[in-house]
Amino acid sequence: MKIVYTDNNATTKTADEVIQEMLPYFGELYGNPSSMHTFGDKVAKKLIQARQRVADLINADPEEIIFTSCGTESDNAAIYSAINAFPDKKHIITSNVEHPGINKFYEYLQKNRGYEVTYVPVDEKGLLDLDILDKNMSDNTAVVSLMWANNETGVLFPIEKIAKKVNEKGIVFHTDAVQAAGKIPIDVKKAGVDMLSLSGHKIHAPKGVAALYVKKGFKFSPLLIGGHQEQGRRGGTENTASIIGLGKACELARENLSVMNTNVRELRDYLQTRLLEKIESSSVNGDLDQRLPNTLSIGFDAVEGESILLMLDRDGICASSGSACTSGSLEPSHVLMAMKVPFKSAHGSIRFSLSHYNTKAEMDIIVASLVPVIQQLRDMSPFWKNGKMV
Amino acid sequence: MWDYTDKVKDHFLKPRNVGELEGANGVGEAGSLNCGDALKLFLKVNENERIVDASFMTFGCASAVASSSALTEIVKGMTLDAAAKLTNDDISDYLDGLPKEKMHCSVMGQAALKKAIADYRGVQIMAKPGEIVCECFEVTDLEIIDVVKANGIKTTEIVTDYLKAGGGCGQCLERIEEIIESVHSKG
Ligand SMILES: Cc1ncc(COP(=O)(O)O)c(C=O)c1O
Repeated sequence: MKIVYTDNNATTKTADEVIQEMLPYFGELYGNPSSMHTFGDKVAKKLIQARQRVADLINADPEEIIFTSCGTESDNAAIYSAINAFPDKKHIITSNVEHPGINKFYEYLQKNRGYEVTYVPVDEKGLLDLDILDKNMSDNTAVVSLMWANNETGVLFPIEKIAKKVNEKGIVFHTDAVQAAGKIPIDVKKAGVDMLSLSGHKIHAPKGVAALYVKKGFKFSPLLIGGHQEQGRRGGTENTASIIGLGKACELARENLSVMNTNVRELRDYLQTRLLEKIESSSVNGDLDQRLPNTLSIGFDAVEGESILLMLDRDGICASSGSACTSGSLEPSHVLMAMKVPFKSAHGSIRFSLSHYNTKAEMDIIVASLVPVIQQLRDMSPFWKNGKMV
Repeated sequence: MWDYTDKVKDHFLKPRNVGELEGANGVGEAGSLNCGDALKLFLKVNENERIVDASFMTFGCASAVASSSALTEIVKGMTLDAAAKLTNDDISDYLDGLPKEKMHCSVMGQAALKKAIADYRGVQIMAKPGEIVCECFEVTDLEIIDVVKANGIKTTEIVTDYLKAGGGCGQCLERIEEIIESVHSKG
């Protein structure tokens, strides 16, 4: 069966060009970039190129890029470093729709290190309440960290505007741009962020490699204390092949940025329009405009997400749900709950996240599969009768 | 992804006995929309108190659908007395097991069955003593106090493992925490 892959916010296919770029560094070019011989130095030279390519994607300088093992590490390192820079400040501001890769770290700091954490709420469209952000910044605030794009809904926060407010107060600002990088234009200089996380496997690099941008002059303290690698900011012999892959992926992402915002956006909009048209009592979660071009979170009344996903899976379609049941807890996703999406559609919400590898024919396959699936589940649902919710 | 047995997959993708049952004389409901799982069970019982037909309507995940489908297959042909003795393990065993996080789906089946039998017999299920704390799984404060005392429970997670209370929408977790604290502070 042919697979239709529309779960690119979970992870992406490693691009063939990326694999080709990496292969020699698994094989004959296995040297350690720190070594005092030409053999190792060949790899070091290639890492310089990779660092430049990553920097170019977000308009940073190469010295401002630290390679890490995953987006979660970048996020943790950023917050850890920010609170170390201001040990007397015991307050953190974030939102209530962040990824667990950073959220759970706040919980830890709250429980075990006496930090106070303010979770700025979002409205029904997933947009941030900027007034509440304003009101909560104080002399005691060590760091403000807000995601650039939400992984479940694709909703964008106005990072440039926020960074300006935070900078004015002299507070460190970090953004988790794991979902934004490679999908929308990012310019760290223009945005004025102090730190930014991105992750390779969301942009067609392999899993287990990521980067943290740290603005020049920021007093960074490493999470992994060890060797002199990454200018002493992240110990451990470099994951050379993967870093080289990340560099190539960033170069490709930069080239594909316009495709993402034209072709991929059109495909997403096409899928959205067709589904809303063909399936009654369906609704899009999140703001329609302030949104990633590749993401569609759509809720279907009176049916449950896991059931939808497993029926799609039978037809070879890969998507994801904000629903509870898939993650082991019974609650619907914290993001949809924060947006006060009603239970009737929150439980039946599905996320389709596209890439430039998707085609219009695939969107038609999804529509053709999903329409009868929803019908079948509604026919079975005690909350659906004669074409409407009961 | 859940490690569902072939039986679960089969009953999910090809559920048996779906829909309202014409002439049903015992109907039972369990679960709710908010909790993400709900089941309406229909029974047709003959004059000898034997279940001659059964059907269901379910909103929920694959294991909720499969548990409901399995339940209807199990009870068909049973006497009411025998059906009243069914446990959630019987449903889970019929499906060659459910992941432990999904056991509440079989519990929901058993609860709906009890209610359908009571509905047929025209008896009111006695309201449980105490005050409902967990709406999703209908657990009362007295039940929570009992298990907390009996097992020296200190966290809400363990209460959820024992009673499922708090494992649904989670809105009652704070209340459960208060109950745990009050039990321990009274000594
Ligand atoms: C917004 C966001 N932040 C952080 C992460 C974590 O990235 P990684 O899987 O590389 O640790 C993800 C990926 O799931 C994400 O979507």
